[in-house]
Amino acid sequence: MSRRISPVIPGFGLTLGYTLVYLSLLVLIPLGAMFVHAAQLSWGEFWAIISAPRVLAALKLSFATAFAAAVINGIIGTLLAWALVRYTFPGRKVIDAMIDLPFALPTAVAGIALTALYAPAGPVGQIATWLGFKIAYTPLGITLALTFVTLPFVVRTLQPVLADIPREVEEAAACLGAKPFQVFRHILVPALLPAWLTGFALAFARGVGEYGSVIFIAGNMPMKTEILPLLIMVKLDQYDYTGATAIGVLMLVVSFILLLLINLLQRRIEKP
Amino acid sequence: MSIRRFALAALASALITGPAAAATEILNVSYDPTRELYQEFNAAFNKHWTAQGKEAVTVQQSHGGSGKQARAVIDGLRADVVTLALAGDIDELNKLGKLIPADWQSRLPQSSTPYTSTIVFLVRKGNPEGIKDWDDLVKPGVEVITPNPKTSGGARWNFLAAWAFAQQKYGSEAKAQEFVEKLYKNVPVLDTGARGSTITFVNNQIGDVLLAWENEAFLALKEQGGDQFEIVAPSLSILAEPPVAVVDKNVDKKGTREVATAYLNYLYSEEGQRIAAKNFYRPRNEAVAAEYAKQFPQLKLVTIDQDFNGWKTAQPKFFNDGGIFDQIYQAQ
Repeated sequence: MSRRISPVIPGFGLTLGYTLVYLSLLVLIPLGAMFVHAAQLSWGEFWAIISAPRVLAALKLSFATAFAAAVINGIIGTLLAWALVRYTFPGRKVIDAMIDLPFALPTAVAGIALTALYAPAGPVGQIATWLGFKIAYTPLGITLALTFVTLPFVVRTLQPVLADIPREVEEAAACLGAKPFQVFRHILVPALLPAWLTGFALAFARGVGEYGSVIFIAGNMPMKTEILPLLIMVKLDQYDYTGATAIGVLMLVVSFILLLLINLLQRRIEKP
Repeated sequence: MSIRRFALAALASALITGPAAAATEILNVSYDPTRELYQEFNAAFNKHWTAQGKEAVTVQQSHGGSGKQARAVIDGLRADVVTLALAGDIDELNKLGKLIPADWQSRLPQSSTPYTSTIVFLVRKGNPEGIKDWDDLVKPGVEVITPNPKTSGGARWNFLAAWAFAQQKYGSEAKAQEFVEKLYKNVPVLDTGARGSTITFVNNQIGDVLLAWENEAFLALKEQGGDQFEIVAPSLSILAEPPVAVVDKNVDKKGTREVATAYLNYLYSEEGQRIAAKNFYRPRNEAVAAEYAKQFPQLKLVTIDQDFNGWKTAQPKFFNDGGIFDQIYQAQ
């Protein structure tokens, strides 16, 4: 007679059922409805919408700025996580709490604040103007806003992993004659990379869809600083629901492919 | 408390408060710059309504971009009345939502527009660029701030005012298109709404001139104490007509038709008109208009119905995908 392995937490049937219902109501049905709505379009119509030069320009801008923001956070975020985990210094708890502020703040408020600061008349914008470049109302400004809203992702995914790497491992490596860079290259990077990729992917995905904080600093000039979510709003303001969902589907598919690639990459790193 | 008893209690409280609250509450879904106007008007209406021996009514206000607000109502927001920036947006309540009849605009006086406004220029104190009329906006180096007509009702009035000026002065549609093309080349930022543009111009100090609703320009002047900006009235502008309507399907379901209708009618009363004028909207009532004549600059106004054949023609021609506004940016 085979023995049933009883899990530590009982009620698998109930929890799985709950999970499925919950995910369906919250994620699956709304996203599915979008595909169904977009399916009203013929393939030719769909193609005409998503291959319009304005949509392509916005697509390029949205994904490029989100990617740039994720890269910046990948570097700065690692630095922040490192400083917060590895050192004790006065005010560490306060700084640690500040990391989450971009999540708590309404994105529109962040957008207005950033614009006021980085617009040509703003305190930082003035310095930039004096140096001969513009921040607000350029792709640089969009990247800045996206960097702000996605800051917590990399920091918060790296922190626990960093804290879990035992000091002894590094010490052992050092005892065996590894130079600091070799310790970093062969001990820390492999341990951190999967979490880093997760943080990067989260930041990137969030940046692609971000609307509230970007809309004030972007300038919204067609073909130049118009983000993809704004084009969806534009379509909706013309009561063109199908056109809007077509762009939504496009974003979803592109994001999904990119996230899938990042996931596959992560798997390969985890089991060498 | 057992679940059943809790459920019973919840149900009972819903039964008690539900209908009672519905009978005395109406929702006015409006666009952005009417916030101050309706706060004042709602208090006045309530006084007027209870003076007739009726039960006091709470008017909930909802504000946002005009198109967005219309969409919310179509998607199920239970508005009793809508007071939007363009007739075109209310038309969609008929077309997409079947919430009101097609002839809604003929149900109230003056094409259901109790107050009007127009588009004026707000410039920095002393008018350093010497901006007096639309021609000055297309000069090289002048920065013009206006929102995006694709997302803002106010911006559509701005666009059409510039178009009307160019067409009358230079005589052809082709010339008018050339003119607005030049004008939009001078626009460094396209905000999504009228308030956004005001913030860009006033707080972030971008641009030399803001194309604004007249009431919004006066409000900016009032808030800043008038020492940083001044209003310039162009030689010609457009009569902006933000209309109002009772949402039939919703009031019939909620049983609020009487109060909703009275609410909108009261906008036409002398007191309603005076409150509109105090909030820098141009009143329709001639006596009240005469009282406040000094407040509003005199200028030649074209109208959407006579000069553009109404929103039903203007919207697709100018602002829908592939329309003239898109062509301007496609050409660049």
